[in-house]
Amino acid sequence: MSRQQTRARVAAEQPVVTYREAVREGIRDAMRRDDRVFLMGEDVGRYGGGFGVSMGLLEEFGEERIRDTPLSEGGFVGAGIGAALGGMRPIVEIMTVNFSLLALDQILNSAATLLHMSGGQFNVPLVIRMATGGGRQLAAQHSRSLEGFYAHIPGLRVLAPATVADARGMLWTALEDPDPVVIFEHGSLYNMSGGLPADSWAVGIDRAMVSRPGEHVTLVTHGGSLRLCLEAAEALAAEGILAEVIDLRSLRPLDDATVFESVARTHRALVVDEAWRTCGLSAEVAARIGEECFYDLDAPVGRVAAVEVPVPYPRHLEQAALPSAERIAAAARRLLSGSEAARA
Amino acid sequence: MSARQSRRASSGAANGAANGAANGAVDPAASGAAHEASSPDLTALYRTMLRIRRFEERCAELYSAERIRGFVHLYIGEEAVATGVLDQVLPDEAVVTTYRDHGHALARGVPMNEVMAEMHGRVEGVCRGRGGSMHLFHAPTRLYGGNAIVGGGLPLAVGLALADRMLGRTRATVCFFGEGAMAEGAFHESMNLAALWRLPVLFVCENNGYAMGTALERSQSETNLALKAAAYGIPAWTCDGMDVEAVRGAAARALALVRDGGGPMFLEARTYRFRAHSMYDSDRYRDRAEIDRWKLRDPLVLLAGRLDDVDLEAIDSEVAREVEEAVAFADAGHDEPVSELTRYVTSEPITSAGAPR
Ligand SMILES: Cc1ncc(C[n+]2csc(CCOP(=O)(O)OP(=O)(O)O)c2C)c(N)n1
Ligand SMILES: [Mg+2]
Repeated sequence: MSRQQTRARVAAEQPVVTYREAVREGIRDAMRRDDRVFLMGEDVGRYGGGFGVSMGLLEEFGEERIRDTPLSEGGFVGAGIGAALGGMRPIVEIMTVNFSLLALDQILNSAATLLHMSGGQFNVPLVIRMATGGGRQLAAQHSRSLEGFYAHIPGLRVLAPATVADARGMLWTALEDPDPVVIFEHGSLYNMSGGLPADSWAVGIDRAMVSRPGEHVTLVTHGGSLRLCLEAAEALAAEGILAEVIDLRSLRPLDDATVFESVARTHRALVVDEAWRTCGLSAEVAARIGEECFYDLDAPVGRVAAVEVPVPYPRHLEQAALPSAERIAAAARRLLSGSEAARA
Repeated sequence: MSARQSRRASSGAANGAANGAANGAVDPAASGAAHEASSPDLTALYRTMLRIRRFEERCAELYSAERIRGFVHLYIGEEAVATGVLDQVLPDEAVVTTYRDHGHALARGVPMNEVMAEMHGRVEGVCRGRGGSMHLFHAPTRLYGGNAIVGGGLPLAVGLALADRMLGRTRATVCFFGEGAMAEGAFHESMNLAALWRLPVLFVCENNGYAMGTALERSQSETNLALKAAAYGIPAWTCDGMDVEAVRGAAARALALVRDGGGPMFLEARTYRFRAHSMYDSDRYRDRAEIDRWKLRDPLVLLAGRLDDVDLEAIDSEVAREVEEAVAFADAGHDEPVSELTRYVTSEPITSAGAPR
C-alpha cells in the first residue's frame, strides 16, 4: 500500500482505539488468519501481558497459542527462532527492550545470521515485539531506547509503529516477511488513542511517512518521539516556522529517499531520537543526509538526542535527560537562525 | 511434600548430587522454633519486620498521592526472609538483592531516612535519588543493589565472592532472588560457577509462588527448587519463610558452612507476597482465598504470638514515629541540580598525588 493510501485511510476518521487495543487487534487478526501464528512470552497469558496488550487473547485462543513462558528471554526467543525454522509463524513478545539484552545473542547470532551463513538455506520468519523507551520514571534499567542496536544488524528488519494505524497494521506485513522482524512499541504510546479505519488492514512497512508537511525544516524521527516532534512543529507554526515531520516507521531498512526528498525542499534537517547520540540511529540518519544532501543544505544537520547518561529516576532529571518538544523546537529555531549547528 | 516432589527428592539424593539436608525437604532443625541462632533477640526481629511493614504501607499511600513514582514492589508478607537472613549476616559481608529491595535495605541497617528520600528521588537518598525504589545501593553496609533485571544480581554475587576468595578473605556474600529468576540462564550459570569454584555465597531464593502472574508450577519443570541447586552439587535447604526464627536458624547454619569453606549454599524460603506484584496489578492470576490463607501466617502475627512479655504497642508507636520522621526527611530533601546530571557516568579523576588521572 502506498503512503498516500495509508494516509487517506487514517484521514477517513474511524473508531477511536488505544494503541494497546490496536496492537491486540493486529495479533488477534493474525491468529485468526493463520494457524501457524502464535504468541509467546512472559505473562502474555493469564496476566494479559506486561502492558495489557494480550488481555483476553488467552480466553479466545487457549494456552497452546497464547503461550506463557518462564523468565528466560534467551531460551524462549531461541525457541521462537527454532519454531520459525520448523514451520510456525511465532510472535515472540519480550516484555521490554531492557530484557531483550538477555536474548541479544539469539537475535544476532541466530535469527539475523542463519540465512546468510547457511548459504540461503534457512530463513527465520519470526516477529519479535517489545516495548521500548523511557519517560515513566522507571530508572535506568527500565528506560532504555535500544532500537538503534537492532537497526545496526543486517538480517533484521526493524519497525517502530508510532501511530495507532501502524500498531494495528504493521504486524501482519511483518509476519509475511520471510525473515526476522523486530517491532518496537514505545511504552508511552499504549494509552494513546487514535482513529483506526474500520476496514483497517495491513500497512506497508517499506516507506517512511510525512506525518506533517512543512517547508522550512525537516524533523526526522520515529516511535515515541513522533508526538514530541508534532508538538514542536505546532509551536513552531505559531511563529511562522513550518516544520515537516517525517516518521521513519522502518528503522532498518531506512527509507532515506523520503528523507532526502524532504530535505531537498526544506534545506534543513533535524534528527530526533530518544536514544543516545553517540553511534546511535540519529548518527546514521544524519550521516546519510550529509552524504546525499550536502549541496541542498542551508545549515549543518542538527540532532536532538538523549543526554549520555543512564536515565535517572527523578522526574526533573529524567526530563532533562530525554528529548522534549521544547528542546526540539529550540534546536529547529537555531537551525533556522543560521547561527551555530543545532546541538541539544 | 507432594508425591511427585518426594520421588524427585529421593532420586536427587540417590544420584549423589544432594548432601544431607540438601534433598529439598523442609529442614526440620530449621523450621522449629528452638535453635542455636547467635542473637536470640526476638524483639529486635519483630521491630525490623514491623519497620519494613510500616515503611512500605506508608510508601503505598505516598504512591497514591504521586509523591513516589515509577515501579514500586512491596515486600509486605515476605518480611521474615530478609529479616531472618540478614540478622545473621556480618557487617562486612556483601548483600545483593532484587528490585523488591526495601526490606533488605532496612534489615541491613540502611537508615530509613535515606531509603525514604531515595523513594522520593531526593538527593539525600541512598543513591542521590537516581535509583529510586528498585535500585537501593549502599556502600557502608555493602548492599550491592537493588537490581531490576531479573537474575541480574546472581553473577555479581559470584564475582564478589570470587574477589573475597582471591584476596584471602573468609566472609560470605548473600544473594537474594525470586523463584522466577531460577528460570533464567543467569541462575544456572551462577550456580555452576559458584559450585565449581567453591565460592562463599549463600543463595537465598524467596519463593513467593509467583513471578508477576506466573505461578511456580507454570514456570518450573521441577517445583522442588532445592533440587535445582542440589543438581549443581550445592547443599540446599528449604525453610518456612513466614517464620522469622526458622529463617534465621536456617541462615545461621548455612552461613556457618559457607564461612567455613564449605562452598556455596542454597536456601529456599517459602513465602508469599500479600500485595500486587508492583503497586497495582489485576490479581487475575490468583484467588482471594489463597491470599487470605497465607495472611493467616502473617510473619508479624506469628512472631507476635511468641512475644509474651513485650510491649508491642510501644514498638508500634516508635516505628510509626520513625516512619513519619523519614517522610519528613524526604519532604525536606532537595532535587539534585540538573547540572549534576552527567556526573558519575564515569569516575571522577583521582587527584591525590601519584594516582592515575
Ligand atoms: C530479565 C527480566 N525479564 C523480565 C522482567 C520483568 N519482571 C520483573 S519482576 C518479574 C517477576 C519476577 O519474579 P520472581 O523472580 O519470582 O521475583 P518476585 O517478583 O516474585 O519477588 C518480571 C517478569 C525483568 N525485570 N527482567
Ligand atoms: Mg516470585
